[in-house]
Amino acid sequence: MDVVFKKPHALTDAPLHYCPGCTHGIIHRLVAEVIDELGIEGDTIGVASVGCSVMAYDYFNVDFVQAAHGRAPAVATGVKRSDPSKIVFTYQGDGDLAAIGTAETVQSAARRENITIIFVNNAIYGMTGGQMAPTTLPGMVTQTSPYGRNVEAVGYPIKVCELLSNVDGAAYLERVAVNNVANVRKAKAAIKKAFQNQIDGKGFSLVEVVSTCPTNWGLTPAKALEFVETDMIPYYPLGVYKDIYAEEGDK
Amino acid sequence: MGEKVLMKGNEAIAEAAIKAGCRHYFGYPITPQTEVAAYMSKRMPKIGGVFLQAESEIAAINMVIGVAATGKRVMTSSSSPGISLKQEGISYLAGCDLPALVVNVERGGPGLGGIQPSQSDYWQATKAGGHGDYHNIVLAPASVQEMAALTIKGFELADKYGMVAMILADGTMGQMMEPVEIDDIEIKTVDKPWALTGTGMKREHNIVNSLYLKPDLLEIKNFERYEKYAVVERDEAMYEEYLMDDAEICIVAFGITSRVAKNAINEARAKGIKVGMIRPITLWPFPKKAFEARVDQCKAFISVEMNMGQMIDDVKLATSCKKPVYLCNRVGGMIPSPEEVLAKILEVGGAK
Repeated sequence: MDVVFKKPHALTDAPLHYCPGCTHGIIHRLVAEVIDELGIEGDTIGVASVGCSVMAYDYFNVDFVQAAHGRAPAVATGVKRSDPSKIVFTYQGDGDLAAIGTAETVQSAARRENITIIFVNNAIYGMTGGQMAPTTLPGMVTQTSPYGRNVEAVGYPIKVCELLSNVDGAAYLERVAVNNVANVRKAKAAIKKAFQNQIDGKGFSLVEVVSTCPTNWGLTPAKALEFVETDMIPYYPLGVYKDIYAEEGDK
Repeated sequence: MGEKVLMKGNEAIAEAAIKAGCRHYFGYPITPQTEVAAYMSKRMPKIGGVFLQAESEIAAINMVIGVAATGKRVMTSSSSPGISLKQEGISYLAGCDLPALVVNVERGGPGLGGIQPSQSDYWQATKAGGHGDYHNIVLAPASVQEMAALTIKGFELADKYGMVAMILADGTMGQMMEPVEIDDIEIKTVDKPWALTGTGMKREHNIVNSLYLKPDLLEIKNFERYEKYAVVERDEAMYEEYLMDDAEICIVAFGITSRVAKNAINEARAKGIKVGMIRPITLWPFPKKAFEARVDQCKAFISVEMNMGQMIDDVKLATSCKKPVYLCNRVGGMIPSPEEVLAKILEVGGAK
């Protein structure tokens, strides 16, 4: 009997703790499939961040270090500089990467640090119970913006790919989503490219994955996927924001 | 035998770290430790090492965490305000039981304070400067030669116990020049089976982590860590005695103040006053046994410090408050003079 579908080897057997309908599970699987397909499991070192994905170290079958809130790119810098032959990736949420860790994000991009960042943007702080994030949409209701995000008072969301596209050091930036099958396939291709870039020594590659938080958005899993289409993607357009090697090829 | 060269204390730390096998340095500019970074930026590229000027002290200590997690010797250096920024990372290093060397060339505080020498980070260094229950091994050099020797010792202790070793030097120690000899040493390697080196598909994945959501497990982890600390306290305390055999007054001082105190002690001895000194070399573990051994013969202790009186608490604890402990101090970047220390000795011991 042929096996036509199985769990990637790069995922452990630990049951995921994520809420029903959360897309962290899909993104974990995509990363693990890419690690399997590139044959890099034995050489990969992950850096977990603080947030819902803090226990990523239990889920991936690779060596892992858990970083302080926002510091994953700095920790990853240390790991990579210690042994550049290893494949080093961070897995970070929006609060971690775009609020408390903004400096580490921008500066590791500026250094063209040869690491891969998987940035999961669900526009909310999930683990602490649904507070306003740097990527919370204008008008969006959260625990700490109960009347909706008032941009006059608290400012505007940060568009990470657009921001980093102005940083010379960033090599590859793409925003994807995992709200339908077609987008999941594109997301996997982007993640694979971000890892392949590191293998090829091409430098800082970040994939922003527009994700969901049904629990803290107060939506059913199905409605949350619809919200990605109707509200998230219009504010956070999908696509390649930077690919310095493609640009060189086009010249 | 190597040759004696004239070096600044900060440069001696950097060269000794290289001799100790450290090939990764991360830092951020701050006075008065900048020579460490400058030296590393010149040397590291020539020996296949990594010097990286981070975007902040916070990033630098987290880069240290990254290298430490891979099992290699790594260090950062800073001065007081920068060390405050590193405290989160130092707490994580402690929570992950990772070895690393952190150098604090202290300046006056609090806040931005000043840029002149100080010892006012004693509490921060010895009493867990970040969050949680933990200790660093804290080494206090009193000469440029000791800056080098304790840097090497610091790497060895950090590796041996899976702890942060901190060089707590004052700005004087960092800036002063003295002849120093830094020989090649045999690097004592420690087996680090926990290190992140990639599984190579040959072993279970290693995890370096300080998160324990189950309180009973976190409690066990803390108890285990403190069993380790008890061994460090038992085995690793270091101190130097000066003219203590017949001393009735005991000066306690570390770093630059211990050298000032020596001059004062010599002058007091010339006046017939029996005074000596215990110089803690490790501030944590504090050399309690030295005080237990001398407390009965002494009438009084004088803690000479460049702060508002921080180590004096440890002196009182180590002597079980059996004898009075006096403070002789200057702060804000001021260094006590031998005359000031002598005056205190005469005040304490003169009134017979």
